[in-house]
Order: sequence, then C-alpha cells, then structure tokens
Amino acid sequence: MNTFAALLIRDMQLTIRAGGGALMGALFFLIVITMIPFAVGPDLALLRRIGPAILWLGALLASLLALDRLFATDHEDGSLDLLMMGGMPLELAVATKAIAHWITTGLPLVVIAPLLGLMLNVELHATGWLALTLAAGTPALTFIGLVGAALSVALRRGGLLLAVLVLPLTVPVLIFGIAAANAAIVGPTPFGPPFTILCALSLVGLVLGPIAAAAALRHGLE
Amino acid sequence: MPVIDLANPSRVLVIVNRLLPWLVAVTIILFAIGLFRALNAPDDYQQGATVKIMFLHVPAAWLGMLGWVIMSISALGTLVWRHPLADVAGKAAAPIGAAFTFICLLTGSLWGRPTWGTYWVWDARLTSMLILLLLYLGVIALYWTAEEPGRGARAAAILSLVGAINLPIIKFSVDWWNTLHQPASVFRIGGSKIDPALLTPLLIMALAFTLLFVTLHLASMRNEILRRRVRSIRLLQAQKFAEVSA
Amino acid sequence: MQLKASGLTCNRGGREVFRGLSFGLATGEAMVVTGRNGVGKSSLLRVIAGLVRIAAGRLILEGGEPDVPIGEQAHYLGHQDAMKPSLTVGENLQFWSRFLGDGRAVKPALEAVDLAELADLPAAYLSAGQRRRLSIARLLAVPRPIWLLDEPTSSLDAPSQKRLAELMRDHLVDGGMIIAAAHGMIGLERACELKLDRA
Repeated sequence: MNTFAALLIRDMQLTIRAGGGALMGALFFLIVITMIPFAVGPDLALLRRIGPAILWLGALLASLLALDRLFATDHEDGSLDLLMMGGMPLELAVATKAIAHWITTGLPLVVIAPLLGLMLNVELHATGWLALTLAAGTPALTFIGLVGAALSVALRRGGLLLAVLVLPLTVPVLIFGIAAANAAIVGPTPFGPPFTILCALSLVGLVLGPIAAAAALRHGLE
Repeated sequence: MPVIDLANPSRVLVIVNRLLPWLVAVTIILFAIGLFRALNAPDDYQQGATVKIMFLHVPAAWLGMLGWVIMSISALGTLVWRHPLADVAGKAAAPIGAAFTFICLLTGSLWGRPTWGTYWVWDARLTSMLILLLLYLGVIALYWTAEEPGRGARAAAILSLVGAINLPIIKFSVDWWNTLHQPASVFRIGGSKIDPALLTPLLIMALAFTLLFVTLHLASMRNEILRRRVRSIRLLQAQKFAEVSA
Repeated sequence: MQLKASGLTCNRGGREVFRGLSFGLATGEAMVVTGRNGVGKSSLLRVIAGLVRIAAGRLILEGGEPDVPIGEQAHYLGHQDAMKPSLTVGENLQFWSRFLGDGRAVKPALEAVDLAELADLPAAYLSAGQRRRLSIARLLAVPRPIWLLDEPTSSLDAPSQKRLAELMRDHLVDGGMIIAAAHGMIGLERACELKLDRA
C-alpha cells in the first residue's frame, strides 16, 4: 500500500508541477468542442441533438492524446528500469500510473463536460448525466490507451502511432458511452443497460490493460 | 522618470510597492461609486433589471481585449528592444486578461439565460471572446510548459504577436460565419443610442475595471520579479554545494 | 551469500552480446567488468538486474531471499539518473526510497553525498555531478546486498569519486557485493576483474 501511494502521489505531482500539462487535456477538449459549431453551424437544435456524441468524441481524443508521454518520460530518464526492480509487480505499477493519469487528466474532462454541454445547448440537468457517463467511461479509454502508450515506448515511436493503434479499440466504449448519454437525455431506451456495460468495460480495462501494457514494456525494454 | 530606471527591477519594485496601496484605494472607491450608480440606473423596458449585467459584462470585454494589447506591446519589447521588464509585463498580463475574458463570457452567459432562454448562444461577439480566451489559455500553457523563463518568454512573445495579427481575422471570419447562419444578432449592446443614464455608470465601471486591471497587473509583475529572484538565489545555492566536502 | 553465474548468454536485438559467461562473487567482494565499448558490459549488468532476459545459462543468489528475484535484491545505477527535474531533491529520493524499500533513511543518505542542504531544491537546478550523487544516494537509502554500477564515476569530480570509493568500501564491509562496469578500477583496488572480449 505504501509503494502504491508513493507511485500514485509521485505521478500526480509530476503532471501537476510545471511542464506536466495536467490541464492540457481539458484545454484540448474545450478547443475541440469550440471548433464543432464552426463546422456544423450554430444551429442550437442541431447542436443539442449531436451534443452528447461530440462531447464523447472530444473526450476520447483528449484522453488519448494526453497518454502519449505516460511511459516515454520514465523510459528516457531510466525510471522505468527502477520501476521494474521494485517489489511491486510491473502490472500493478502500470495500473497505478494509469490511475494517477486518469485522476489528473481524465477527471478534469469529466468536471468541465457539463460546462461544454451547456455550450452545445444540452439541458442543464442532462449535462450531469453526460458527465456521469464520461466518469464511468473515460477510465476505460485510459486503460485501453495505456497499452498503446506502452507499445509506442517499446517501438520508440510516439504521437500519432498511439492514436492509430488505440482508436479502433475504443469503439465499444464510444458506442455504449453515447448510448447511455442519449438514453439519459432524450430516451426512450433505458439508461441502465448501456451504462452498466460502460462500467464493465472500465473494470475489464482496469484488469486487462495493465497486464498487456506490462507485457509490452517488458518485451520492449530488452 | 528616465527609462533607464525602469530597466532596473529593484527600482521597479520600490515604485510598485509605493503605488499599489493608492491604486487599491482608488479602485475600491471607483467600484463603490460605479456599482451604486449602476444599481440605481433605470431598468430596460424590454429586459428589465437583467440589463444591469451589462455594467460588468462590457467593461470585462474591453479589458479582456486590452490584456492582449498589453501582451503584444510587451512582446515587441521582448523581441525588438529586449527590455528585461517587457517579458515580465507580458507574462503577468496573460492570466489577468484571461480572467477578464472569462468574466465577460460568464456574465454574457448569465445574461443570455433570461434573454435568449439558454446559457450559451453562438453569437458572433461571444464566440470571438471565447476564441480570445482559448488563445490566452494557449499562451499561459506555453509559459507553464517552458522550463527556463527566457525561452518561454520568446515563444510566448511570438505567439502573442501572431495572435494579435490573427485576432482581427478571427473576428471577421466569426462575424461572417455567424451572419451566414442567422440573419442578425438577437440584440445589440452599445451603439450610439445608449441612454446617458446608463452611459455614465458604464463609463465609471469601465474606469474602475481598468484600474483594477492596472493594480492586478502591477502586483503580478512584482510577484514575477520576486519569483525570478527566488529562482536565481536557488540556482546560486545549488552551485554553492557543487562539490562534496572532502 | 554468493552470486553464481554459469554459462550466461545474452541476446539483444537479434545479436549475441556474450556467451557462456561464468563467475562467482561472495559477500564483501567486488568485481569490475572491463572491456572495449560494445562488448556487453552494460548488458551484463542489465541481465543481472533482471531487466534483460537470460538467453541461456543460470544465475543464482545463494543465501539470498529464495522467492525474491535477484533484481529486487539489487540496486542498478545506470547511465540515466531516474530523477525528475520538477520534483525536489528530497521528493525524488523519498519516492525511490518508498518505492524500492521502506522509505526511511532518506536524510542520512542525502547527507552521505553532501546534498542534504539542497533537499528542497528542484532537481532541475542540479548539475550533472550533483544528479549523479543524488542517484548514488538512492543506493544508500534502501539497503540491498548487490550494487550494479554502470560507469558510476562518469561526470563525478575527483572529491566525489573519492567519496564514492569510500561508500563502496563501506558497502563491502557491511557484507554487500558490487559489480561495476568501468574502464578502470574506480577505487576498488581489491576487486577482481572480469575482462569481456568480443565473442
């Protein structure tokens, strides 16, 4: 527990301190959402209809782009070697890093989502539901993206490769996230089933993502 | 006062420390008068009391834009004249300008709720202000990411100037985009037909906001100078322990 | 305690780095791995640290914790210092101390490398030599029997090299083992030398 807390706190400190870019994801989210009306026009009825979908897409891109450097900096400065030599299994260390990453970059997306929802003319009470679906679904995005981040370190390539590797894998999260959001906002389908599946995806991701990422890192570091 | 004096941060610190209490006092007095006059201004016959949000909204918009003007001038100072204070002034102006822009957007959104029936409308003016806020956040992020102050300053100065050239183009395109989609704005702020009973408090409020900006800007510049001093002291401290004691 | 390697073979990137390496190292003994660049000095350390898979051969630590991998009973001092510029000197060491051990002994470790005065300074302000000393402090903050040092004297000035030599001698006296990759004897006069040659 001590090691877990130490790693969690260190990673959160690193993203919050200067140069860490904790809020960069949230800023990117805001910018993406701002660009949409320029593309589709400021028609409020239209924006309200596509609002949940746009918010989910924006959150998807924001959480993946922020993942790019998750292992890269630790790899470059030798920290990754030492993380493997601690008493903590690498899978657990990787999961801890992912949780810290979600708290510092995923959670801000959830927090500003209601505000962005208002800008897309989503009803005030509905923005709460939207944020709830994001809170349940963005951890899955982080855990899936984790595998991509580990692979891109192993292959010594970053940036777009991560998005290319990971985006197809996030399709289920997108489908059920938007289904849950739409069910909560416009109905008529029930909210429960897609939302539970969304939660399940996050939990499965929590288990499988770190295992795959740790395997990729071990393989890549040789 | 000769310009040479202003190049010396210690001299600036003394001046700022002497000026600040007076500035704070005048700002408070102006706000008191302005808010009093604003509260007693007549209601609009269409919008009722909500029109009073204008007294916060409009000055905030002006100062949001003024912030970028200051940043652009500072940027010239950094890039052309390499004045040591220019970068401090630019860095200090960014968060304050962003805050005023945000106040403008927030009050605009609160104003929109009773007027348009929704918190946000992609109105040309508001949208332009939103882009301005995004540009501000970009500059702040740039300062935040740069590890060494000097390099961050030059990068932010270039970005400020690019923004300054781009802002009118952005404003024009947003206006064009907006009129393309909706025939006219829902209502207009300002114009020449504003009632003198509203105009006087608005001008007082604008002056109060300007003084608030200046006060915050000077205080923030002082903090930045001190922060850099702390940094150089710490670097010296690190050098002092460069060797192990034999 | 004794570290025994027999027939150790290592492949990296499809290339055989070394083959059939055997050696033994007991408590209180040091070994300096020498040889030209690229003969696999660093690879050998990484193999022992458990960071690179053993292609063939055996590596065991007799008398060590049987269920714990050798890598977790060893310290690895690589070329990079594994310190974050935005964290303070103290925070950096505190983290590794908590992650690799029990989180105690941070302060004495900093004092041993003369960095205690700089504990509250961001690591970004340190010079290369000071960063090196900070990573050496990591070895002192968490007790582990085996030290794997990859050119530990690089970017250290003469007084710091002397201090490192003292710290290494103390570690050997306390019953530790040291395997160092270097071009000279780096102050370990009594150490045996393992000269690697191209296979």
